[in-house]
Amino acid sequence: MIREQKLSSRLFDGFNYIFLTAFAILCLAPMVHIFAVSLSGRAPATAGFVSFFPLDFTIENYQEVMGSRTFLRSFMISVARVLTGTSLNMALVILTAYPLSKTPRVFKGRNLFMWFFVFAMLFDGGLIPSFLVVRSLGLLNTLGSLILPNAVPIFSVILMMNFFRDVPKELEESALIDGASHWKVLWFIYIPLSLPAIATLTLFAAVNHWNAWFDGLIFMTDNANYPMQTFLRTVVVELDLTNVGIDPRDLQRLSDRAIRGAQIIVATVPILVVYPFLQRYFISGIKLGAIKE
Amino acid sequence: MTLNQYLRRAWPLYVMIVPGIIFVLLFRYYPMYGVVIAFQDFSPAKGFANSPWIGWENFEFLFSLPEFSRILTNTVLIAVAKIVADQIGAIILALLLNEARKLLFRRTIQTLVYLPHFLSWIVLGGILLDILAPHGILNQAIGNFGIDKQLFLGSNSWFRGTVIISGFWKNVGFSTIVYLAALTAINPVLHEAAAIDGAGRFRRIWHITLPGIRPTIVLLAALSLGDVLQAGFEQILTLYSPAVYRTGDIIDTYVYRVGLVSAQYSLAGAVGLFKSFIGFFLIVLSYWLADRYAGYRIF
Repeated sequence: MIREQKLSSRLFDGFNYIFLTAFAILCLAPMVHIFAVSLSGRAPATAGFVSFFPLDFTIENYQEVMGSRTFLRSFMISVARVLTGTSLNMALVILTAYPLSKTPRVFKGRNLFMWFFVFAMLFDGGLIPSFLVVRSLGLLNTLGSLILPNAVPIFSVILMMNFFRDVPKELEESALIDGASHWKVLWFIYIPLSLPAIATLTLFAAVNHWNAWFDGLIFMTDNANYPMQTFLRTVVVELDLTNVGIDPRDLQRLSDRAIRGAQIIVATVPILVVYPFLQRYFISGIKLGAIKE
Repeated sequence: MTLNQYLRRAWPLYVMIVPGIIFVLLFRYYPMYGVVIAFQDFSPAKGFANSPWIGWENFEFLFSLPEFSRILTNTVLIAVAKIVADQIGAIILALLLNEARKLLFRRTIQTLVYLPHFLSWIVLGGILLDILAPHGILNQAIGNFGIDKQLFLGSNSWFRGTVIISGFWKNVGFSTIVYLAALTAINPVLHEAAAIDGAGRFRRIWHITLPGIRPTIVLLAALSLGDVLQAGFEQILTLYSPAVYRTGDIIDTYVYRVGLVSAQYSLAGAVGLFKSFIGFFLIVLSYWLADRYAGYRIF
């Protein structure tokens, strides 16, 4: 450890701590402001008197949000989407990554399959053809349109595959000699040894499903089927209540500034809940793929 | 080993990979076939297979549109500015975090600056629309200094800047992670030896720390080449409005409006194919450069 004695060096340290603190505060300030608005009375919020502390403190805005059937319905659609979509993602990631982690000698055709997936990741058919395919399959306005098109997150498959490759081969070989099938090897050796990677990818998949909104916007022609982030867009971003065919009075209420703030916070809370776990895992998660040599 | 013996052991591997293949065929490869609409006068009733072919007509029409050069310019300008801001910001932030010795302080700062990365553009857009509004808190704040109200989202002089800065807000923290990982790999003995030889703080940063992360800088510069057509679709769709189409409309938002709002599938398909095609070569080139100059391979 080097002990810094020189004045310039100590000045630098001081400047550094101040700068980093200020930067972090600046990153967080917009959210704190909205949080304060969401806990304020509607009159001071609408008049723009609230800065970083609530005025006329009230939780009424949150009661209003949670009491809105329109909001709750979209919330439940999002919950259903996260649960089914994440499960499907992880089942397919594990099942696809396992054979791809084998050498071409063990799994003939492995390189061909690998290129099949990599090419699909690199070349994109584009928005319009993808939309037309989903529509022609009759998936519009179904939960399927939100979870099936991205059921195989190919980049996650590659990360998982890289992780599987680091599992010691001796374990697998002895199990296979003892007559275990690949199903058993995957289930009893690979999955238990890869739990940190699986946890990381699961969290990322869940966060992606929770945050996704564009697919809801294009695949749900009936607004009653919007997941929460898409619904939030019509209330918080678009501010256009005429094109929403669901209970206009409910929407009128939800578009009040303080209540908009409350909805933004409600959409953020699930992320904050998993955030400590995300943070613990994502650094190792990134290491296991992106900067692997 | 006969085929029979091989299959007795290996058949589960083929069964396992089948579901993934079916999904990718249906939702990735079938749309790739669907790019043929760019060369058709596509009508949904006839489908990809039976719509009449019209050759390059859609592209000729597209290249004659005044919007085309506009959306291309906006896309590249915004994307490149974002890449440069993000990478330089991430390097500086990572260096400063690395110099902060107190671990708890470092962790706290990291936790706070990573957070926006995990929030959706709807949540962040909702926040931005509120604070950047004409009567929002930012305009109130600058009003205290006697500065006039600014339309941060509604004026062409501000819009790109707002997009670049808010993109920076969402992503810069997360981009530091790779640099911080590279910084921890630098041998502390180098710093100690240099300190004994009389090198001050800044000389050590310049001659040891920065060269230590040079491979990472080269790698990310190469990989970012694949992103020069990615200006941030979800972000811009959330923040823009017709008033700022001149400076803010990008390829993706144009495809969305023409294709899915106005249902001109073939024209939008042609724009989309143009982007996919160039994007594909950019990504392949970036991976090739990353492999060539930084020894990076994704698999």
